[in-house]
Amino acid sequence: MDATAVTTGTEGKIWGGDNEPLKASYGKMMMWFFILSDALTFSGFLAAYGFSRFKFVNQWPIADEVFTHFPFLHGVDAPMYYVALMTFILIFSSVTMVLAVDAGHHMKKNKVIWYMFFTIIGGVIFVGSQAWEWSNFISGEFGAVETKGGKILQFVNAEGEQVAIESFAASLPNDRTRLTRNEALWYESESSMPDYDLAEVVEGFKANPDLLIRTQILTESGEKTILSREASLAKLESDAVGVVQGANLVHNEYGPPLFADFFFFITGFHGFHVFSGVIINIIIFINVILGTYERRGSYEMVEKVGLYWHFVDLVWVFVFTFFYLV
Amino acid sequence: MAHETSNHGSATKRIWTVFAILSVVTIVEVFLGIVRPEFLVETHLFRMHLLNWVFIVLTLYKAYYITWAFMHMEQETKGLRRAVVWTGIFLVCYLIFILLTEGDYIFDVYHDGYISWDF
Repeated sequence: MDATAVTTGTEGKIWGGDNEPLKASYGKMMMWFFILSDALTFSGFLAAYGFSRFKFVNQWPIADEVFTHFPFLHGVDAPMYYVALMTFILIFSSVTMVLAVDAGHHMKKNKVIWYMFFTIIGGVIFVGSQAWEWSNFISGEFGAVETKGGKILQFVNAEGEQVAIESFAASLPNDRTRLTRNEALWYESESSMPDYDLAEVVEGFKANPDLLIRTQILTESGEKTILSREASLAKLESDAVGVVQGANLVHNEYGPPLFADFFFFITGFHGFHVFSGVIINIIIFINVILGTYERRGSYEMVEKVGLYWHFVDLVWVFVFTFFYLV
Repeated sequence: MAHETSNHGSATKRIWTVFAILSVVTIVEVFLGIVRPEFLVETHLFRMHLLNWVFIVLTLYKAYYITWAFMHMEQETKGLRRAVVWTGIFLVCYLIFILLTEGDYIFDVYHDGYISWDF
């Protein structure tokens, strides 16, 4: 006994059902729409970064001066080379991923295994490199002085090269210790203390006549403004309130704290995507080895995780441009 | 699956060609980023120097290849392609326009206002 009408009179019509106008499986289409929404999330972050940068457009840090480290090359000024290398590693892992997808189309299990393996390795190297970038950024390089208005004053020598505060700071008697929760005010504490206090930096600056102060303000040609010796001394005396070493969410020796906030937030969110991509890749990798997709007769899962992995690469292309190049 | 059409050789060849394009573009970007040629920095177009526009165009060029070749967007139907790409592009353009205009306005307030922010 049929409870529902089987014929509707629309068989064979385009609206009669059983049509797949997008010719894509449910899973793949949902992956595309997830990617679209995730792309909009990242665009929101990057546009917010653009907003803050336009707000401080005449005093934003110069990326070439911030990211200058390369592993095993200590003290060598290597602007952007390491980020460029990271970009290559990620693009290359994208290539091995698409090769794995292609091998899956031809049901070549061993090829899929090897290509996915290289993809995972690339992803792990990338996340590790990002952690290394973060640690360099957090620990800082030269140190700076912060003013009442939250601006940063950096130190340069007569040639205009940046000078680290530890190279000239005087050593003065000082009984200030780190505030911990069991001293003074209850529940008030600080996570760390700069290695030098303001008096030591000011004293050292006075003792070295060829040192000058560099402000955040960019000149017409896109370089930071360097003050004269007299103006430097006056600025240091009247405005400086503390020493900053490295960067965190509140203080940033490279310039506006917003730069550090966005750096941590955007590269962190991207790094989290890479990390979860590696985890998902490993799951699919294990399934490929176990022969799950061989039995299923289709490697479409590899294709779906591949879409996500390429998306992570796509986002990095934009992050690379807007954080390191522009 | 929908696209079992292309033979193996040409598909991998396409992948390596795209990899070469992406690599060359990245190298050019890094090179320009380090050298910062003077005529590109000094020429301004729509309130940004030409070098930044070069970076943005090259980035979009790379994004096109990643989406079309690596994510196989070129093999999807027109409907899926448009649903994903145009939705994204339209909303992102809107967002960028609003936020950058607003950021620029706040810069003007800081810069030309009667309050000093540099102390």
